[in-house]
Amino acid sequence: MTGGPPTAPPLASIQGAIEFIFSPQSSNVTGGKKVGGIDQVIELTVNQIELSVLALLLSLLVALPIGLYLGHKGVGELFATAIANAGRAVPELALIAFMAAAIGVGVLNLTIALAVLGIPPILANTFVGIHQVDRASVDAGRGIGMSEFEILRKVEIPLAIPTIFTGIRGAAIAIVATATIAPLAGVLTLGDFIINQNVYGDSGVLAGAILVSLLALAFEFSLAGLQRLLTSQGLRLKSA
Amino acid sequence: MINPGLFAAVGEVGKGFIQERDSSSLPCQATDKLFCFDWAKENIDRYGTPTVQHLELVVFSVLIGFVFAFALALLAHRRRWLRTPLLAVTGVLFTIPSIAFFFLLLPITGRGRDTAIIALAVYTLQIIYRNTMTGLANVPESVKDAARGVGMTDRQILWRVELRLATPEIFAGLQIATVSTVAIATLAVFAGGGGLGKPLYEHINFGTNIILSGGIAILMAIAFGVLLFVTQRLLTPWRRAEAS
Repeated sequence: MTGGPPTAPPLASIQGAIEFIFSPQSSNVTGGKKVGGIDQVIELTVNQIELSVLALLLSLLVALPIGLYLGHKGVGELFATAIANAGRAVPELALIAFMAAAIGVGVLNLTIALAVLGIPPILANTFVGIHQVDRASVDAGRGIGMSEFEILRKVEIPLAIPTIFTGIRGAAIAIVATATIAPLAGVLTLGDFIINQNVYGDSGVLAGAILVSLLALAFEFSLAGLQRLLTSQGLRLKSA
Repeated sequence: MINPGLFAAVGEVGKGFIQERDSSSLPCQATDKLFCFDWAKENIDRYGTPTVQHLELVVFSVLIGFVFAFALALLAHRRRWLRTPLLAVTGVLFTIPSIAFFFLLLPITGRGRDTAIIALAVYTLQIIYRNTMTGLANVPESVKDAARGVGMTDRQILWRVELRLATPEIFAGLQIATVSTVAIATLAVFAGGGGLGKPLYEHINFGTNIILSGGIAILMAIAFGVLLFVTQRLLTPWRRAEAS
């Protein structure tokens, strides 16, 4: 069976990888057509960002309302924990392959598959974050005449922001990482450089690994920055 | 052994034609059915070696990760100024996708199981480190004072009081790390590390194979989760006393 991963020992160098990123290289299998280079790098990066952002948004759309509702009502603790545990146990490679086999390839199906990975951490952390808000703060809100929705929006969510963001960041890490194997389901992302070693060569593989790592870190730092912006001044002082 | 990939290919090309004529005589794996029970029953032994390999990947990487993370946590417990930098470094390492990490390591450690184990171990550092630190931080000051009062040295307090009380958090970290590693270890195939990702990737379009490989991985994750939960309960009898 030839479908297996490449087995030749690669001797890629950082220099080769950098050359691959900035200028197209010749390939053994494309019949003279050059691969790599900044244009292809940008195209695949944009694809991976698009796919990841879509999946993260879908995860938020599903997980946030459920987490907020359950956390506010204080019900479904077992459900939230079970979802979080189940989410961690899902093997990414099997999930992508299964979705491709069961519902087909393409951006939409892959977005759903990736959201399956993103929903559990967001839901569980939102639940825990809202649920663990000091009852005294909630009662104080109720005492000054806030509606339930106002309590959620003005008291509980601001206090739960750090915990909620831990979940969102966990989801983003899982989604960006798994978007790397999206080429297996027909969406070309930076992972194509990694998976198709026979096309891109060892320099391409290393370049792909570097680019994917940088992209993941970029997501992490952007979300950390967003979290800082959304965290209330009082909480920031407390944690400092 | 009949090659299911080949059958899948035949099925795709001439599916309509063959099925129209005599769909009942066609083996299940040549159709696009999602799961073929007979094929699974006949071929389940193919997954033995990959399962054992997978188990080894998980056990070795979590053990190595635990030793390092635990040592780092103890170090940071002693020297407060190390806490934030260590959290940041393990955080960055945690952020880098495992599949990328395999290939960043390739020029240094080459292709194979060792590379996979290193990358997977690195992935567990942050989870175990953070949970151990949380556990140690949650030990009440009064308990430590009491221990000091009965004449315990700092070292005795750490090993006999603080770490014991931190056991639930440490185990929670170990559990999260292990369950995640079982799932992520399916990607070790890209680093030539074997495991359940190998059969999965070899016939990645064959539904029965996907469900079997993925299913075994999920069962393994659940088994580890339960095992660690039970161990934690056995190690912290006072918790059960509190709860009842």
